[in-house]
Amino acid sequence: MSTIRLSAAEIAARLAAGDVSSADVTQEHLDRIAEVDGDLNAFLALDAEGALATARDVDARRAAGETLHPLAGVPIAVKDVVATEGIATTAGSKILEGWVPPYDAFLTRRLRAAGLPILGKTNMDEFAMGSSTEHSAYGPTRNPWDRDRIPGGSGGGSAAAVGAYEAPLAIGTDTGGSIRQPAAVTGTVGVKPTYGGVSRYGLIAMASSLDQAGPVTRTVLDAALLHELIGGHDPLDSTSIDAPVPPVVEAARRADVSGMRIGIVTELNGEGYQPGVRARFDEAVALLTKAGAEIVEVSCPSFAYALSTYYLVMPAEASSNLARFDAMRYGLRVAPAGVPSPSAEQVMSATREAGFGDEVKRRIIIGTYALSSGYYDAYYGSAQKVRTLIARDFEAAFGSVDVLISPTSPTTAFPLGSKLDDPMSMYLQDVATIPANLAGIPGLSLPVGVTDEDGLPVGLQVLAPAMADDRLYNVGAALERLLVEQWGGPLLSRAPELGTAATSRAASSKEGKA
Amino acid sequence: MTATRTELVPFDRALETYDPVMGLEVHVELSTASKMFCGCSTVFGAEPNTQVCPTCLGMPGSLPVVNGKAVESAIRIGLALNCSIAPWSRFARKNYFYPDMPKNFQTSQYDEPIAYEGWTEVTIETDEGPKAFRVEIERAHMEEDTGKSLHVGGSTGRIHGADYSLVDYNRAGIPLIEIVTKPIVGAGKYAPQVARAYVASLRELVKALDVSDARMEQGSMRCDVNLSLMRKDAEVFGTRSETKNVNSLRSVERAVRYEVERHAGILDAGQKIVQETRHWHEDTGVTTSGREKSDAEDYRYFPEPDLVPVAPTDAWVEELRATLPEPPAARRARLQEEWGYSDLEMRDVVGAGAVDLIEATVAAGATPTAARKWWLGDLARRANDTGAPIDALGVTPVQVAEVQALVDAKRINDKLARQVFDGLVAGEGTPEEIVVARGLEVVSDDGALAAAVERAIEANPDVADKIRDGKVAAAGALIGAVMKEMRGQADAGRVRELILEKLA
Repeated sequence: MSTIRLSAAEIAARLAAGDVSSADVTQEHLDRIAEVDGDLNAFLALDAEGALATARDVDARRAAGETLHPLAGVPIAVKDVVATEGIATTAGSKILEGWVPPYDAFLTRRLRAAGLPILGKTNMDEFAMGSSTEHSAYGPTRNPWDRDRIPGGSGGGSAAAVGAYEAPLAIGTDTGGSIRQPAAVTGTVGVKPTYGGVSRYGLIAMASSLDQAGPVTRTVLDAALLHELIGGHDPLDSTSIDAPVPPVVEAARRADVSGMRIGIVTELNGEGYQPGVRARFDEAVALLTKAGAEIVEVSCPSFAYALSTYYLVMPAEASSNLARFDAMRYGLRVAPAGVPSPSAEQVMSATREAGFGDEVKRRIIIGTYALSSGYYDAYYGSAQKVRTLIARDFEAAFGSVDVLISPTSPTTAFPLGSKLDDPMSMYLQDVATIPANLAGIPGLSLPVGVTDEDGLPVGLQVLAPAMADDRLYNVGAALERLLVEQWGGPLLSRAPELGTAATSRAASSKEGKA
Repeated sequence: MTATRTELVPFDRALETYDPVMGLEVHVELSTASKMFCGCSTVFGAEPNTQVCPTCLGMPGSLPVVNGKAVESAIRIGLALNCSIAPWSRFARKNYFYPDMPKNFQTSQYDEPIAYEGWTEVTIETDEGPKAFRVEIERAHMEEDTGKSLHVGGSTGRIHGADYSLVDYNRAGIPLIEIVTKPIVGAGKYAPQVARAYVASLRELVKALDVSDARMEQGSMRCDVNLSLMRKDAEVFGTRSETKNVNSLRSVERAVRYEVERHAGILDAGQKIVQETRHWHEDTGVTTSGREKSDAEDYRYFPEPDLVPVAPTDAWVEELRATLPEPPAARRARLQEEWGYSDLEMRDVVGAGAVDLIEATVAAGATPTAARKWWLGDLARRANDTGAPIDALGVTPVQVAEVQALVDAKRINDKLARQVFDGLVAGEGTPEEIVVARGLEVVSDDGALAAAVERAIEANPDVADKIRDGKVAAAGALIGAVMKEMRGQADAGRVRELILEKLA
């Protein structure tokens, strides 16, 4: 009996009981990847050898009676934006093709120390810029529910890998919704912790003041277990919060909303949402009411400016963060054509021209413009002020409610290619997720059903005050329990079966170990 | 690079028409053990690219962490320059592309520096004697150094025209404090001296604070000279030039003088000064045009999102204030008083860089007069002859005091003392050991001396007669003869006494 459809918590329990070995669990997931990833393209690099070595090591230590981390031996997939020593890390960009980091990210070190076999690196929009994973330089990832649709982005690879049982756990990063929106459109669970809750050390930065890593899983409890492992203070990240991780696992086990006040944000519940998304959201609200929560409507008027604020702050920081990719020290190096003895500046230009995709260039240009002398106050300066207003709206709302909820994404997964020529409509995918990043508060997305019109999954987002991440898990787990009871099993069991021998093209050619 | 030839106007004549306005930007490399934002070593002169890590190489995903010791040094420098210390200050990113800058932005403080609004006083030599001149400080802020480029091939040693370039990132991320003056006006013809004295006083100050080696020749202290001229009847400043990396005190003085002459030449010819960066050439004593500073140069500063604000508490600032050493000028005044030196003597001592040495020598038991005699006499000469700094001769203040004690005990004389210094420089041991080993001790056996005196009188009967006639001054010739016979190892005073007794 394969373990691939079990949750991480269930796998962990079987490992602890000695029913299965980590080596077998890891091999089963590697087999599943070989079977289905040719179709999905969720992985950019695999490290079968390293993962199995970790698994065997964990098995040996367990056999020797060592006390291990609860998740020891449970395999995991890591988004390719996270530095992994010895495993190629590209952030989905040509400009980093073949770059093998000489160091581990903070969270990678945590994963290794706890004994989680790292299966490989997952696909993403280049430098995490996008909502569909179509901006990856290495081809799009496909949605396990419908291979002609997007898996969300930027972390489409991690969400698809978890949704397609290629991994029970994955790491994502969320700058404007890159964990939560993919979770919503693939029927999985994704959490963006409080800004500073998980160290950014070793995360290839897009927008430093917004980026946050978090768990991508199939259950709320699994997310809590992973969150607890990767969270906590890191002195190497100055913006890391020096406080214990909130009691997220305990909250996920409590799963009780009776007596809680849950707010619905008027501004995130208006026009522009697909009918099926609205329908499933309203049903979830009814379930929460039935479970004893009090539903309150709250207004956050500044959210109207969130998207435009985000598209100033994010590109501004990105334009500076991405300046280091200049061919001088690592990564791609392109000599300009027809120049016999090119200068450093010409090599930098030619490399950036060839190495960055269009969406990355678009944001670098916008950000460079927004920071220019004479425009700074009007753009970047004003955007920072609006950020403060958005944070105040949240503060006011949390003065009267414990958590806020909204649909995670306005639509279900859209067809591949349908929004590539319309960046504004792509950007609108994140309209409900962006406010949390701007204010630094945590958010969780969990599946609440499929729509009647397209049969695709819908996500509901829970938002909590900074450092109250545990509330997300309490509400999320409560709703998850009610829904699973109603459905008679997890939503993902309704997804179409994947994987035939014919679809496993090229999966084995991704061995990315250096 | 070859600028149009400018007719220089002689300095004195330029000063008849114009007043120079200066702004000095001094970069001081801090001597912290680790870099500004990572744990890498800062030791000078290591193999290229051996003191680097993901953070100072700007590797993807790496993050900076502020060096607390550097903040402490910055605050102490600020306090010593009578600055206000900001209760809340931030780092910003200064964005521009250059191969020696790993992230293609420099993390620096911009509009929120840690120290601001201070002043310092320098003393310059004027026609009317020494005069104090107050220099207003605009700000002192923290930033990181860049890597060091080596441009190989080509004629200029600059990036343009080079065959290839190498970069050493050991220096990338070394903490720097940039100290910026307000416009210095009213120095008139003394502007070059004021500039030099200011930089010299900063060097003295950071050394006294023990926060930097301040070795201009190694680049751990670098000066940019902004200069403009304004007509004596004008009310607004002229256009300035910014001469980069003027790396010795003498060059600071010369660069100011040269730029005054060059600006005056351009203005007198009815032309306009171009706002630009200029390079100083130590060998030829001229500046040449670098890049033009135009509006196109836009560093797109914004607050560094990877760092949190620096917010020193009042208590900490006060704690640091208590660690400040006596201000160099006040200390000099106190020591001059204690030592009883004249203004001229004190100036020579300061000029020779011997204040600390004399202080230590006096502390070891020598009189201030004796300490000055050796450090500004024989030892200063040695330093001058060998080109070694006076504090690196191999002779310590304690040894100088020991030598003087031997002289006071009449075991050697001043002339023999020089041979002891020879021995010290050669590493032959302690002064005592050298005296014994070299057989330098003066002959105090009166019998041997009396015999030598006898022989000298016999050999110089006419001199002896003069002394007998009361011309005591003539005794010098006999003393010289005796000292010669004793090969200098005699107490000349005792010899004199014996001669006068004999011929009384």
